[in-house]
Amino acid sequence: MAKDSLYKYVLALGDDALILGQRLSQWAYRAPFLEEDIALSNISLDMFGRANLLLEYAATLKGNGITADDLAFKRNERQFTNRILFERPNGNFADTMVRQFFLDAFYKLFLQKLTGSKDEQLSAIAQKSIKETAYHFRHSSKWVIRLGVGTAESHTKVQSAIDNLWMFTNELFEMNEIDNEMLQQKIGVDCSSLKQEWIKIIDEVLAEATLKRPENIHMTTGGREGIHTEHLGHLLSDMQYLQRAYPDAKW
Amino acid sequence: MVKEISTTVIWELLKTIPDPEIPAVSIVDLGIVRNVEFNNNQLKITITPTYSGCPAFSFMKEEIVRHLETDGITNYQIDISLAPPWTTDWMNDAVKTKLKKSGIAPPSLEVACPQCESQQVEVISEFGSTACKALYKCLDCLEPFHHFKQI
Repeated sequence: MAKDSLYKYVLALGDDALILGQRLSQWAYRAPFLEEDIALSNISLDMFGRANLLLEYAATLKGNGITADDLAFKRNERQFTNRILFERPNGNFADTMVRQFFLDAFYKLFLQKLTGSKDEQLSAIAQKSIKETAYHFRHSSKWVIRLGVGTAESHTKVQSAIDNLWMFTNELFEMNEIDNEMLQQKIGVDCSSLKQEWIKIIDEVLAEATLKRPENIHMTTGGREGIHTEHLGHLLSDMQYLQRAYPDAKW
Repeated sequence: MVKEISTTVIWELLKTIPDPEIPAVSIVDLGIVRNVEFNNNQLKITITPTYSGCPAFSFMKEEIVRHLETDGITNYQIDISLAPPWTTDWMNDAVKTKLKKSGIAPPSLEVACPQCESQQVEVISEFGSTACKALYKCLDCLEPFHHFKQI
C-alpha cells in the first residue's frame, strides 16, 4: 500500500517533467533565433533527463517488468497525472517563457525541500535537478523582464501570457491524499507551504518587469486526478505515435 | 576473471576513454567515474551523469563496456550514482588547462577568453552546443568561445 503511494507520487513528478520536456522540444527549429533554439532544446533535454530518472524509479517500484518507456508511451491521457500548467500549449514565445518562469520558480522551492526527502532516490534526483533548475530560472526570469520592459508589443504579449496562465498556478500548491501520505512519511513535500515564497519570487520579477499578476480569479485544477485540458491528448498522440503504431520498436 | 588486475590498471584504462563531445578530456578527467573496486574478483565501476539529460552519458557507458571487453574483462558491473551530484569542482587544474588548450574556457566564476586571457567577455547564450557549455564572445580579440559552465 505504502509502496503503491510512493509509486504514484514518483510517477506524477515524472509526468510533470516529461510533459514539459515534450512541450519545450516542440520549439526545436522554431525559436525566434538560433541561441534561443539551443537554449530551449537544452532545457527540454534537462526535463527529459529528470523524467527519465523519475520514471525509471517509478518503474522499479511498480515491478512486473514495467519499464520507464512503458510508462511514457503506453498510458492514456487520463492515466497521466501531470499538473495542468505543464501541458499548456507553447503559444507565442512570451507564453512559453511565462509558463517556464512560473514552473522554474516552483521547482526551485520544491526541489530544495525534496532534497531533504527520507527517500534516498528522490533526494538524489532532487540534488541533481536543482542545479539545472537554478540555471533555467535565470534564463526564464531574465526573459520575462526583458519582454516586460521591451517594446509595447512584447509588454502586451507577456502581460497577456501571465493573465492567461495564472489560473493554472494554484494547482502547484494543492495537496491530495497521496501528497499528504508522503508528507507524513517525510518522503514528500508540503507544497501548500511553498505558495507564499513562490508569490514573493514572482512579484519581485514582475515588479522589475513592470508587469502585474491577476488577483481573485477562478483557479482550475484536475491534473493530478487525470483530468486534463484538451491539449494533452494532442501532445501524447504526437509523442506516443511510434510506440502505438509499432509497439516495442527500438532504435 | 582469469587474471589479477588492480584498480590502478582499470583507472588507467578508463583514462583512455575521451568524452565523446569534448575529446580533449577523458571521462576520468571530468569526474564522471566515481569509484572502481573489486569485490570477490568482481569489478564494480560507479559512474555519475554530468547533466541528467546528457545524451552522451549512455554512449560513455557503452564505451566503458567496449574497453573492458576488448581487454578481456568480462566480470564487471557498472553502477550509476546520482548523489553526491556531479560538480565541476571535481576537475583539477591539469584538466582545466587541457580544456583551455582546446579552446574551451574552464569552469570559473571569472570567465576569461581562452585565446587572449581577457576578462572583457560577453555572454552570447547561457546554453551552448552541449548541456555543459555556454557561449561567450571575447570583447578584446573578438573570438567567440565556449565556457564550461560552473555547477
